[in-house]
Amino acid sequence: MSVTKPLPHDAAPLHVAGTARYVDDIPTPKGTLHLAFGISPIAKGKVTAMDLSAVKSADGVVSVMTAEDLPFSNDVSPSIHDEPLLSDGTVNYIGQPVFLVIATSHLAARKAARLGKIDYAEEDAILTIEDALAANSRFEEGPRIYAKGDADAAIAGAAHVIEGEFELGGQEHFYLEGQAALAVPNEGADMLVHSSTQHPTEIQHKVADALGVPMHAVRVETRRMGGGFGGKESQGNALAVACAIAARATGKACKMRYDRDDDMIITGKRHAFRIAYRAGFDAHGHIKGVSFLHHAICGWAQDLSLPVADRAMLHSDNAYLLPNARIESHRLKTNTQSATAYRGFGGPQGMVGIERVMDHAAHTLGLDPVELRRRNYYEPAHAPVMEQTEPTRKPMGHVDPTEDLTSLGAVEQVTTPPPVRPVPEGGNTTPYGMEVTDFELHGMTDKLLETSDYVARKAAIDKWNAENPVIKKGIAFSPVKFGISFTLTHLNQAGALVHVYQDGSVHLNHGGTEMGQGLFQKVAQVAASRFGIPLEMVKITATDTAKVPNTSATAASSGSDLNGMAVKAACDTIRDRMADYLAEQHQSEAANVTFSDGHVEVGEERYTFAEAAALTYQGRVSLSATGFYKTPKIEWDRIKGRGRPFFYFAYGASITEVAVDTLTGENRILRTDILHDAGASLNPALDIGQVEGAYVQGAGWLTTEELVWDDKGNLRTHAPSTYKIPACSDRPDVFNVDLWGGENREDTIYRSKAVGEPPFMLGISAWLAMSNAVAACGEGYPALDAPATAEEVWNGVQRMRRGGG
Amino acid sequence: MKITFLLNGETVELSGINPTATLLDWLREERGLTGTKEGCNEGDCGACTVMVTDEGGAKALNACILFLPQLHGKAVRTVEGASSPEGEAHPVQQAMVDYHGSQCGFCTPGFVMSMVAGHANGATDHDTQLAGNLCRCTGYAPIIRAAQAAEAHPVPVWVKDKPDTSAAASPMLPGSSDELADVYAAHPDATLVAGATDVGLWVTKQLRELDPVIFLNRCDDLKEISVTDDRVRFGAMVDMNRMGEAMADLHPSYAEMIRRYASVQVRHAATVGGNIANGSPIGDNPPALIALGATLHLRKGNDRRDVPLEEFFIDYGKQDRAQAEFVEAVSFARQVDRLKVYKLSKRFDQDISAVCGCFNITVTDGNVTDARIAFGGMAGTPKRAAAVEAALVGKPWTHDTVLAALPAFDSDFTPMTDMRASANYRQETAKAMLERYYFEDQGQVTNVLEVSA
Repeated sequence: MSVTKPLPHDAAPLHVAGTARYVDDIPTPKGTLHLAFGISPIAKGKVTAMDLSAVKSADGVVSVMTAEDLPFSNDVSPSIHDEPLLSDGTVNYIGQPVFLVIATSHLAARKAARLGKIDYAEEDAILTIEDALAANSRFEEGPRIYAKGDADAAIAGAAHVIEGEFELGGQEHFYLEGQAALAVPNEGADMLVHSSTQHPTEIQHKVADALGVPMHAVRVETRRMGGGFGGKESQGNALAVACAIAARATGKACKMRYDRDDDMIITGKRHAFRIAYRAGFDAHGHIKGVSFLHHAICGWAQDLSLPVADRAMLHSDNAYLLPNARIESHRLKTNTQSATAYRGFGGPQGMVGIERVMDHAAHTLGLDPVELRRRNYYEPAHAPVMEQTEPTRKPMGHVDPTEDLTSLGAVEQVTTPPPVRPVPEGGNTTPYGMEVTDFELHGMTDKLLETSDYVARKAAIDKWNAENPVIKKGIAFSPVKFGISFTLTHLNQAGALVHVYQDGSVHLNHGGTEMGQGLFQKVAQVAASRFGIPLEMVKITATDTAKVPNTSATAASSGSDLNGMAVKAACDTIRDRMADYLAEQHQSEAANVTFSDGHVEVGEERYTFAEAAALTYQGRVSLSATGFYKTPKIEWDRIKGRGRPFFYFAYGASITEVAVDTLTGENRILRTDILHDAGASLNPALDIGQVEGAYVQGAGWLTTEELVWDDKGNLRTHAPSTYKIPACSDRPDVFNVDLWGGENREDTIYRSKAVGEPPFMLGISAWLAMSNAVAACGEGYPALDAPATAEEVWNGVQRMRRGGG
Repeated sequence: MKITFLLNGETVELSGINPTATLLDWLREERGLTGTKEGCNEGDCGACTVMVTDEGGAKALNACILFLPQLHGKAVRTVEGASSPEGEAHPVQQAMVDYHGSQCGFCTPGFVMSMVAGHANGATDHDTQLAGNLCRCTGYAPIIRAAQAAEAHPVPVWVKDKPDTSAAASPMLPGSSDELADVYAAHPDATLVAGATDVGLWVTKQLRELDPVIFLNRCDDLKEISVTDDRVRFGAMVDMNRMGEAMADLHPSYAEMIRRYASVQVRHAATVGGNIANGSPIGDNPPALIALGATLHLRKGNDRRDVPLEEFFIDYGKQDRAQAEFVEAVSFARQVDRLKVYKLSKRFDQDISAVCGCFNITVTDGNVTDARIAFGGMAGTPKRAAAVEAALVGKPWTHDTVLAALPAFDSDFTPMTDMRASANYRQETAKAMLERYYFEDQGQVTNVLEVSA
């Protein structure tokens, strides 16, 4: 069977040959025009005069458009229509598109776009959390608050109380392929749009509105993206709409791609947060209550900020059963780029909050940080699973006093076993009232501690730190529990279209988009498995709104779960029709028709799949079907913060060791060990690739990747010369990644689990390891901000030497 | 201007070209060779990497900041030419498939070409070879596995280009220092292009029109490296990879700084003369050379003069260079190696220094007898730490002496805050570097890059 095989990415041979086509590589019709935006140089103000004569007369310029030239909707927002394509007279951040240049070349458009003479009445910009709070500049009327029990009372009554506050920076996606779109006017009012987007249906919708046509007049095709990471969920709207409008106005195909600096200046990034926390623990390290205050910097337009900030709240528990919790979330409106989706969609920010609490508490209580975490884990899974690879251990109240923890690779010599943690009244539930029934981390943690040789290495690090005054080492563990499903419940649906041709070849289409994650290959493996045919017989085709309509963004790690199931449904429909027909022809039962090894067997007869397809065609039976899937069991009230927003959770655990130069703060990752839960993996090679890549990206977010704005709101880090994503040598020297060999306890596609986002958060262990190394420089808690750049690590060292943070 | 070069084995002749047309734009827009990608258009991501073969061998270069005239007489190989004309994959291409080295695939052609070039040269220091290629998907591990797997395979014959250098060159592509002196005298307003790693960005980012432009890459006599018993001399057009090789034995710490200086691709283009002449306060060569007591050799027409390198940098953006005068070479005395170069940046590889501290401290019989200390990133120019030097010379070489000298940094430097670092961090880490020099001299472990798990 094709599923579970570690096959290479379907397009890998094209990637390495340079023949995989991206939007900017598509051969364009003669006379294709090129676009660029003229952008606002100020963070807030009103346009008082606009002189675009120099733009219009520049070499190669065909036309220049402003908001007044837009025939219909001037809106590229994915949410509440607050994001005009071109400034409506006010500007809200440095980089906001104000006018559109249409020229004969990309370079001519870029050059002309700098020639606009625009006068602005500048206003005081809101750039910081303090500015926003002072002006009550926010999305929604006030903060969202999710709560369980009485956190304040529980903390007040706790033996140990820790509190703190830290900054958590945003993150530039740095997809290698910048935003790009190409619109080709077709006959009548029709428009074909090629877009580098995670959300073709959204592009279709926004283009249709901008052109004043029904969605049926707009077809959007996306073969692949050169990386997305959430940055192409909504941020491609402006380019696609601009191209479509310009194409309609000129009658020519129009293409737009952002130069890298423009891309970084114009588009949104991961939300930066400030997180304040207060938590109470008992003498055994059991958390009694925790209270978080989130301030999310959302930028100038709402975009996807509400569900992002919600998801941060929903991951403020991470792996821990919190008896009492309160999370208050403020979504601040600022005159900066509109922060947007980015891998994890707020989840990472929420998770960093509770991991900081655990780290701080372990330091304060003098407990091993792994042990403290395990004492606070959710109860182990109880739900039955079909072929469970690890026995479910431990009853409710999971620390078994009779158990010898040291023999399980535990983290310290426990002379007196800690008392059993009482399970709170609400049961094994999250702060939003969802029961956790699939918790895998007890077994995963045991195994990872063992395979990583954690106990011995921790001792070796202590010895190193005692002997070396300049270079300090640190080690840290962090777990991940990440909720799978869109929290906007209606998005949890997908469609597919499958054709079987009379030669047995299969044409496959679904609503998901390929951005490198290997979705197309996984889904093709599903199709090949359903028909029992070799993978080569399945053709994967570009995502196309004319084939599968009303799709959700390929986001929330949902691609394989949703589209895999939809494709399965479509294949099964065709397979059932073939089985019915062949059974009828052979006086057999459909249930007795089998599809495997490229053959179809019915009774004594054995056909190749191609023969079976031809026979079915000749029997005048349709070999084309759609498939549809909607995620079961989920329901969610985001205002109350109650329900079951997630179908299931994906888990992971990582241990990172780092070295820090205490003189300058320079630091690096020495070794990382990861155990990740991809359920019954559809393709272990692709899944391990996701885990490795996500870890490095997550570690980059929390270490070298620093976004810097100046006091005017200029993004100063707008190119790879100043914004530093991990380079080759920044990956861990030793990098051990394994998959946890379980199965999804819920009925997902072949019992696999989503893998796009969850491993991103494994990078949190790198940040915690920096903290651990800095802690070796003195007494007290390092209290690092993120990203822990060399400068921030150095700041931490100075704080320690002054007597603690 | 008229040029000729080989493209994937076939001769290309171009005339009437814009001197600042980039190879990347030409490949994609004129030749329809879209395998070479634009990732950043400034030489920092490597998605546009191609292999260029000249008399110096096969080199990975960034096509986005490579002007067409620089290719005259050379051979260019793009990703489309990595596999054989019959379609047989290059070993690195096959390994990248087999080891899952591509995900989104956009950076992949650039990686492939860096690997093709590294493979052609027998390089196995893959982290260094690939430091100039950014990948956002894979976390690099599978790419390194692929590079290692390809090591065992022989270099395919079809990537062994033999450039034809016989075609006459435009006068704007002078072939020697003398020719350069003449053409520059005739066009004193010209922009000189050495490797285009800086000027390239004037074109691709600042969108400047440059004309006339004189390309120095054919001046072979400016590429000479001379190491005698008493002097070391680098011609202005010595590229940074060659300079690194030459420094490996003379001053290994300098060579290690060069290993981290930009990337293989940029170092193949970037020259020591360019790094000095552009006057950047954050170029890494000037402070190291100043610490070595280097002399700059300038030429205008047939007039030559020498200046101590530190005197060349007058102020931010202002150098002691007359119109039509150019850098011919830089040299310094052979000396016992006491040099340590500390490059501090957010990322180890391919990052511009926040601070580059260069220390050359001579200790005789336990006393500091000479000290030349210079910094990049601490002022508007590369600058000597005169007060710190004075605080050290004549003192016993002890930690106390070092600690006593630290306040002198405050009289030498008033650094600024920018996106790379705060003023305070710059100042305090500059001081810490002197301590590091001392600790390192005492045999302590001080290099985080040399520590393993």
